[in-house]
Amino acid sequence: MRKTFDTLIEIIIFVCGILSIVFVVLIFGFLLKEGFVFFRDFGVLKFVTGRLWYPASEPPSFGILPLIFGSILVTVGACFIAVPIGIMSAIFISEIVPKGVRDILKSLVELMAAIPSIVIGFVGLTTVVPIVKKIFNLPTGLTALSGSIMLAFMAIPTIVTISEDAIRSVPRQYKEGALALGATQWQTIRRIVLRAAMPGIVAAIMLGISRVIGETMAVMMITGNAAHIPHSIFDPVRTMTATIAAEMGEAVRGGMHYKSLFAIGLVLFVITFFVNFIADIFLGKNKNS
Amino acid sequence: MIKLNPKLSQKLSYLLLCVAASLAIVPILMIIFIIIKNGVSAISWEFLTSMPKSGMRKGGILPAILGTLSIVSCAVLITLPIGICAAIYLNEYAKNNLLTRIIKLAIVNLAGVPSVVYGLFGLGIFVMLLKLGVSIIAGALTLFIMELPVIITTSRGALNSVPYSFREASLSLGVSRWQTIRHVVLPNALPGILTGAILSIARISGETAPILLTAAAFYIPHLPRSISDQVMALPYHLYIISTQIPNMPENVVYGTALVLLMIVLTMSCVAIVARIYFRKRRKW
Repeated sequence: MRKTFDTLIEIIIFVCGILSIVFVVLIFGFLLKEGFVFFRDFGVLKFVTGRLWYPASEPPSFGILPLIFGSILVTVGACFIAVPIGIMSAIFISEIVPKGVRDILKSLVELMAAIPSIVIGFVGLTTVVPIVKKIFNLPTGLTALSGSIMLAFMAIPTIVTISEDAIRSVPRQYKEGALALGATQWQTIRRIVLRAAMPGIVAAIMLGISRVIGETMAVMMITGNAAHIPHSIFDPVRTMTATIAAEMGEAVRGGMHYKSLFAIGLVLFVITFFVNFIADIFLGKNKNS
Repeated sequence: MIKLNPKLSQKLSYLLLCVAASLAIVPILMIIFIIIKNGVSAISWEFLTSMPKSGMRKGGILPAILGTLSIVSCAVLITLPIGICAAIYLNEYAKNNLLTRIIKLAIVNLAGVPSVVYGLFGLGIFVMLLKLGVSIIAGALTLFIMELPVIITTSRGALNSVPYSFREASLSLGVSRWQTIRHVVLPNALPGILTGAILSIARISGETAPILLTAAAFYIPHLPRSISDQVMALPYHLYIISTQIPNMPENVVYGTALVLLMIVLTMSCVAIVARIYFRKRRKW
């Protein structure tokens, strides 16, 4: 009796174990199925290289180039802010402050990560957007720059947490060796610790990027949602994620527009898949070294 | 280039690092401060316990609070058992083979899928294909898939931190593998699993994009009655009143943001404090 019960439980556990694979395959398959119909009717090349996104006009035009540029611009901008700040904070937290302070700072970073994106978007809308408009004397503050600033706050916790782990997992002997040779603490950090932790830091940056590319609500609220190819970071942009969230409500179920949004979802899925895959490889390297 | 004295260069660098860390942390404290300062005047018993009135501009946010609570609790009830079982499989049963590597890769990638893509998937599968409609259960299932990788990863960490000798001692007494996990490993890993769970509940309470297409409604004149109801949800409500409704009184918007922020931050703080407490008390 007990034996059959045990076996039953173990089967359930196994099924739960492989469920993640099932979901990844399901999500990919589903996006592919919807996207495929769209690609067949509209053409992959026209979709990926088209410069006009007019899904509601007659005839409609589904070129996602402006959306891809929008996503890239906002992401690159956010990285310029979040990567240096994130890595330097990680060094500061893991190597310089005493243990008590470190625990408090780490908890604060964890709280940062918990703030909902909609709240960050809302505060961005009421504070950063008017400031950007005023400082740069723009017709509107709803620009890629405002989006980048707010998204940087969302990438920083990811970058700090993972880089901090990588820096702390550098073997103590490395540091002791350098210090014993007369290097200052800062020289040790810069030339030994950072070099040894580099794979983990790269992984942290990749995961930060993945978080930013996939971010939806804050971006939708503060980047202005204009589907044009942007000329500078001071232009309003529309990202791929915001397009899905904003237009799904009005798209006719099963129509071309509806399917085109699934095709955008597919593009997003593929991009984040690769970014996360690369991050995972670097994380593995960090463990082996 | 001027060669700096190593001591001086160390001091300068540390100053720079300190500035960077403040740049990371101060803006977040400011966000919290701004919301509390502008939102606290809107908070009252009536605000928390009544229905919205005059096109959301007056009255309370009760349906949105209850809507979020029902979606999130449904999602947690599904995610927790399945996530913990998956973690048990990976940590206790899985051999180091191709299948295990694929599972791990799947978890990593599931964790990286953008939240709006989960929303799309939920819309296509749960709302349309399984005909659940825009409802609490469709939203909960979407959040379930989204939270699964997080719960698996944190639970696995907790299981992994239980020393191997505990298992050996139990197995050497002739106890079966499952019984060992059930009575020795799980109880010791439970605090870690629960703190991870609370953190992830906090996270999904604030998610908007996945429920936007699967569960949330602009306005519903009654409270949620069953899991097949479409509901108002706090994050979506905040989105609507901050961007879609003209002449919205500002303190009501800030008040709504404050309620959402407090729910999320309180749960996160509880989890963080509990984790510190259990780490200190741990006997190994």
